[in-house]
Amino acid sequence: MIEFLTQPWSWWFSGLIIAAIMFTMLFFGKSFGFSSNLRTICSIAGAGKKVKFFDFDWKTQIWNLVFLVGAIIGGFLAKEFLSTDEPIKIAASTLKDLSELGFEKPTEVQPLELFSLENAFSLKGFLVLAIGGLLVGFGSRYAGGCTSGHAISGLSNLQIPSLIAVVGFFIGGLIMTFFILPLIFK
Amino acid sequence: MKFIKFLIVGIIFGIVMTKSEAISWYRIQEMFRFQSFHMYGIIGTAVITGVIGTAIIKKLKIRDISGASIQFFPKDKSIIRYLIGGSIFGLGWALSGACPGPMVVNLGYGYITFGIVLLFALLGTYLYGVLKDKIPH
Repeated sequence: MIEFLTQPWSWWFSGLIIAAIMFTMLFFGKSFGFSSNLRTICSIAGAGKKVKFFDFDWKTQIWNLVFLVGAIIGGFLAKEFLSTDEPIKIAASTLKDLSELGFEKPTEVQPLELFSLENAFSLKGFLVLAIGGLLVGFGSRYAGGCTSGHAISGLSNLQIPSLIAVVGFFIGGLIMTFFILPLIFK
Repeated sequence: MKFIKFLIVGIIFGIVMTKSEAISWYRIQEMFRFQSFHMYGIIGTAVITGVIGTAIIKKLKIRDISGASIQFFPKDKSIIRYLIGGSIFGLGWALSGACPGPMVVNLGYGYITFGIVLLFALLGTYLYGVLKDKIPH
């Protein structure tokens, strides 16, 4: 059992758990959508005084913030107790493509070329992280949801808007992967 | 104490995001390069299970924990906001390798530089709030 849990989980097991999380939230009378938390945090920080979009009773969203805190704890627990610390194994073809962009073979879960402290303190490294975050934050609210709200909850409810949003996720993702990343990293 | 159940579900979410490796920038690159089935398998399994379960909930009029029937809210009708907003999101997803959930899971995992990503995601959300009435929806 412990061995089963400490290995990387298979796609089907992970997918089933994610669906179970969505149904559990529905059973609790809420919906599964993570990016609303970003709006809530802006509101708590006082953005509602200046911008109407953030002027709402954020106390109604505490349940989702608690979910967010749980997600942080879950990441910590998985790392501390359910991890083998082996480098992530990804497709050989991806390794080859990434090496052409100057990425070394993985040594852990994330590329140190992007997420090491050292890199984050360089101008380029900082800008990559900052612009990445900015686009995700802006885009998820513009599209009215992120991967959980659209790709999982929305598609499960056969929402055409969510399908359009997911098509958008891929338009942006493919443009970044094939046209912009080579400009940044080559 | 009424919130503790959300904490537990959140913890499970953090664990499954980590153990499925969906928090990894490498896995997102594999996905956008169509070089691995892994992410498609995760999302596909969740969606197929989700579609079946949602249909059952509606058909059987299943109630939630408080006894109210489970509500589904249709998304507003539009094309432009989902297509443009989604594309902007996708640009950021492929660059940072993280959507909002995995951002905070990475923080918990120990990648503190995701604090920068998260901070700017908050700024991006704020910018949307400022520009909301000036951009097409």
